[in-house]
Amino acid sequence: MITPKSGLKGTTRRAALKTLAGAAAGASLPLWARYTHAQTAAPIKVGFQVHRTGIGAAYGRWYDRTTQAAVKLINEGGGINGRMVEIVAEDDGTDPKRGAEVVEKFANQHGCDIGFGTLFSHVVIGSAPRAGELKLPYFVVSEGHHVASGKLNRYTLQPGITDVKSQVQAMAPYVAQNLGRKVTMVFPDFAFGHDHRDFFTAAIEAQGGEVLEHIAIPPAETSFTKYFPKIPRDTEVLYHVMVGPAVLTFVKELGEFFGGQGPALFGFIDSLEAVAIDSPGLEFLENSYFWEGMCRHRQPDESADETFYREAVGVDDRGASVSDARDVSTYAHMFGCWETLHVVKAGMEASGYAGPQDRAALIEAVEAMTDMPAGRDHPQGAKRFNGKTHQVFGHQYISQVQGGQLVRVHTTSIEDTLYPDEVDYTTQAF
Amino acid sequence: MRVYGLHAGLIALLLALHFVLPAYHHGNLARVMVLASYAMGYNLLFGYTGLLSLGHALFFAAGMYGMGLGVQHLGLSPAPALLAGLGAGAVVSAGLAALALRTGGVAFMIVTLMFAQAGYLTVLYFGAYTRGDEGFVIQQAQRMLWGIDLSDPGNRYLAALILFGCCLMLSLWLVRAPFGRVLVAIRENEERVRMLGYDVFAHKFAAMVISGTMAGAAGAAYGLLFGYAGATFASVQYSIFPLLWVLLGGAGTVLGPFIGTLFMFYLIDLSSGITTAYMLIAGVALVLLTLFAPQGLMGEVRRRLWRGLP
Repeated sequence: MITPKSGLKGTTRRAALKTLAGAAAGASLPLWARYTHAQTAAPIKVGFQVHRTGIGAAYGRWYDRTTQAAVKLINEGGGINGRMVEIVAEDDGTDPKRGAEVVEKFANQHGCDIGFGTLFSHVVIGSAPRAGELKLPYFVVSEGHHVASGKLNRYTLQPGITDVKSQVQAMAPYVAQNLGRKVTMVFPDFAFGHDHRDFFTAAIEAQGGEVLEHIAIPPAETSFTKYFPKIPRDTEVLYHVMVGPAVLTFVKELGEFFGGQGPALFGFIDSLEAVAIDSPGLEFLENSYFWEGMCRHRQPDESADETFYREAVGVDDRGASVSDARDVSTYAHMFGCWETLHVVKAGMEASGYAGPQDRAALIEAVEAMTDMPAGRDHPQGAKRFNGKTHQVFGHQYISQVQGGQLVRVHTTSIEDTLYPDEVDYTTQAF
Repeated sequence: MRVYGLHAGLIALLLALHFVLPAYHHGNLARVMVLASYAMGYNLLFGYTGLLSLGHALFFAAGMYGMGLGVQHLGLSPAPALLAGLGAGAVVSAGLAALALRTGGVAFMIVTLMFAQAGYLTVLYFGAYTRGDEGFVIQQAQRMLWGIDLSDPGNRYLAALILFGCCLMLSLWLVRAPFGRVLVAIRENEERVRMLGYDVFAHKFAAMVISGTMAGAAGAAYGLLFGYAGATFASVQYSIFPLLWVLLGGAGTVLGPFIGTLFMFYLIDLSSGITTAYMLIAGVALVLLTLFAPQGLMGEVRRRLWRGLP
């Protein structure tokens, strides 16, 4: 009685287990069937860390538009390795703490292949350690010197926009030869201003010039008149890099102080990104000079590739949105998103990128890049990437305000922007 | 006993979660525990002593920079660097207490706010050392505590839990000790406490130093665990955050700061996926809470369920 019963029981258990296993496999069929398929058809997820709110919101809006336009173009061309690109955007509030959280979200929640698109330096520096720990390739579009300075890690790269050190030093030869050798610098008293102070002072001295006075403006300052008497009388060039809402007041008060009789003005367009150059109060900028990462106003000799880019992003001849002329773009920076995404595409294609297991190969593929010719992928101009420092170098432009128009008067060579390596990230382990 | 059981139970629960949470939430909880330690420090001064400070970011940043600058410029290893952070929090809070406690009420808020703003500008002014607003990275190699890599997610979580557990138990013990009772009495009626013969200034001073040191410990731990120190953490919004967390969770409750921090973190994390106006959602949540649960979440629990909840 007992034996057959236990035998019967054993058989039943085995059969039941088999049935259960079969049923489980059958029930989960859509899951694993989809997974094997995912190798080829699932989209490549690009985590886009965007400054939608906070101090960087104007930049973020245009970084977003440029990114969407670039992804549209890439997807229309068949995507990357046959897979579509999907943007997963998260607002970091232009805050380094939230930035780090967003990077964690990309890696651990959204399952993104890479992180991308951060602009403000403090957000990059706050987020990069987490990207490195999570082994998430982190392509920043920040123009900060933090990447090339060696502060960050092997997973952080800046292949689509040049850094402030190369920009600033490339300005010195033109300033010394055309505007004057005795310079007074006015800059905000925080890291961005200090970079300008240090890099430009060294660069102008190398050109035989000198900085007569460094005038640091405290961050919370709202009126600048009291600083202007500090400008030495024999100043030939006034170099200014004020940022934030105070810039309009600064320029207006500066103009009133000098009454059109002062030294030549040279500034960085960073001050006036997303601000129309013909805004009331900016008349004093007539005849002054600006660094531009890319020429906001359409130049007579604009390349077909840049025209294509301008149309794809939806920017008119004066650098404003085609749908709203008051919505001025951050034209001197946002091309970096477009170019970075094309570098990512090239890197993924070169490394045969198939999924997160190939992240190291993707970084090695980008590190191996050198010259990037101008073209649709690089509408701002040709670039040269330094795989050791993870930083790209490129042409810089100087424009003069003539009749309310930014007219390009000088293009630097790439050589003007180079400096000795400060780090070799390729020696760091993945 | 029941009270200690509850609080130890939370720590045990958090330890258990270490083993089961998915990576994203595991990382979030580590961060929330560090920030909740900051909020607990704030709560000692605001919730229990009744002193509303708008300058606690100064103490958080003092801890962060005490640790970070020690690592960066003096080559300290994490253990002495953490002590340096703790010490910086203690010294700065003692200094501010000596000055700000001469005032009270709205004046106290303004004085603490102003000092914190001065602290923020000091960080920017000494940009050559602090890299100002940009901040600096504390590299992985600088984050090895007795051979333990604090950049590893598991180690980070456990380190955060140890900090959180210490702050929680210390808070619990303090507020149930005679010292804590006097703080509550000061909150309720300062004049009467003085009349009873207690040294009100000394108690407030001690509360502020303990509160500031706890905030400093959280700041130092945050920098060490997440690898970054920057002036943003000294800005006014980081003084407002602990106030919000404590108000949400329940001022004058030991568990409130943790609940508030957790609630606010996920409120922002989830709502930011829906709209860019997530701060508006956080604001509406705060208004609703103030209307319907003015004593915060744990305050409401105390009112309705457990009157003896510390």
